[in-house]
Amino acid sequence: MPTPTPSLPYGELGRLLSRMTGAEKHAPSATSTLDVLWVLYDQVLRVSPATLGDPDRDRFVLSKGHGPMAYYAVLAAKGFLPLQELGRFGAYDSLLGHHPDRVLVPGVEVGSGSLGHGLPIAVGMALGLRIQGRTRPRVAVLLGDAEMDEGSNHEAIAVAGRMGLDALTAIVIDNQSASLGWPGGLANRFASEGWHAETVNGRDHAALARALNSPREGRPQAVIATVEPKG
Amino acid sequence: METMRERFVSTTQSLLGRDPRLAVVLADISADVFAAARRQYPHRVINVGIREQLMISVAAGLALEGLRPVVHSYTPFLIERPYEQLKLGLCHQDVGAVLVSIGASYDWAAGGRTHQAPEDVALLDALPGWTVHVPGHPDEVEPLLRDALPGRDRVYLRLSLQTNAAPRPIVPGRFDVVRRGRRGTIIAVGPMLDGVLSAVAEQDLTVLYAATIRPFDAKTLLATLSEPTLVLVEPYLEGTSAHAVTAALTHLPHRLLSVGVGRAELRRYGTAQEHEAAHGLDVRGLRERITSFLRP
Repeated sequence: MPTPTPSLPYGELGRLLSRMTGAEKHAPSATSTLDVLWVLYDQVLRVSPATLGDPDRDRFVLSKGHGPMAYYAVLAAKGFLPLQELGRFGAYDSLLGHHPDRVLVPGVEVGSGSLGHGLPIAVGMALGLRIQGRTRPRVAVLLGDAEMDEGSNHEAIAVAGRMGLDALTAIVIDNQSASLGWPGGLANRFASEGWHAETVNGRDHAALARALNSPREGRPQAVIATVEPKG
Repeated sequence: METMRERFVSTTQSLLGRDPRLAVVLADISADVFAAARRQYPHRVINVGIREQLMISVAAGLALEGLRPVVHSYTPFLIERPYEQLKLGLCHQDVGAVLVSIGASYDWAAGGRTHQAPEDVALLDALPGWTVHVPGHPDEVEPLLRDALPGRDRVYLRLSLQTNAAPRPIVPGRFDVVRRGRRGTIIAVGPMLDGVLSAVAEQDLTVLYAATIRPFDAKTLLATLSEPTLVLVEPYLEGTSAHAVTAALTHLPHRLLSVGVGRAELRRYGTAQEHEAAHGLDVRGLRERITSFLRP
């Protein structure tokens, strides 16, 4: 069990990231996923260290498991993880690998790292909730725009749309790193499969919270969070 | 006689009514024969269309939510195409599912290489924690399935149109001692039993029948071992279980003959029986190989 930690504010995330990276002046804006992760855990998801075992909690799946420092920092800030564990990032017997493992890290619902697995597994989770008549929890999945190149995601998009999985939310961080791009934008790809899709500024906490807390109306939801292009 | 697939479908349908945790995941294969079950349990019989990667990931997600997924397709589409999903969706997340394949190694021989997957058990064997059942008769499907469904572990049921004439008594996980002999042991897996019994009728061998090949029942093998001369006959890739025999007999000088489906691609159509003969798995082929191996 993690050591209980008081919830830390957004301003502390830079300091938490520096525990893993060793870079003293680590700016939160340097990590493409950080603002979305913060808004999810601070203003959207109904899950806390105390409710992790509650079947009616919200689920979060980090499909974009590569570069999980921002994820670990937010989990630590919200008390899922002991702060001292951050300093052991990547060590042999650390809970925190360079890709997260659900068996090791408290609060991690799905172990990830290989691209294209999170959204398809989340479709199964949403179906599992539906089978059990649990209409309250939602399953939010965070992906990257390059990860959307994986065909497995498109199997998931089509089926989630046809089956009207309104428990499911896909958030795609778009830093324009997909090799061949997405003509017309990623939102179109989701919308054409029957998803409610919108594009927002991935650094704007108010816009992200509004989009993620908007009603879903019987359809899965996609939020494309644009951030500065990968340099 | 009812086929293994028909027995799987009828057993699963009846158990869906009794266990609210059960959910069937399909990718169009056999969607027609599960249509009645789907009408009765629309949320728990899920057809994702021809999307095999998603089929396995959906099963993983269902298992993460506490359900017991039963996933079914033709052998290559169930094991080979979504192999990374098996590794990461099920094994790495540490959740289970019951995979049920049809087609075996060459049930549809005329279908050619695209519909043959004699490598399936070897592939699963490279991943941790799988129980592998290879029934040799439709009547063996039901007890194996009933044993697998209540758990949370990872189970593979490999169904085939090739069968033995009569079922053997099933204790899941245990080899069945068919015959005892003094000159060594032959392990016949699933549908290979009848052919093996005919091929070694005159040989003074212990015959063990394996309807479950993983975990490997080393205990029964050691308890019944007369002479450390062994023959392993499997209806899939030759040598798949050789390492398990070797591990069981590490402390004993022994000889092992592995018999199974050959590694070279056989570019032939025809019937399953013709493929069996081509791989030396018919009675004549088995007799020749076993006899020359036993001759000192």
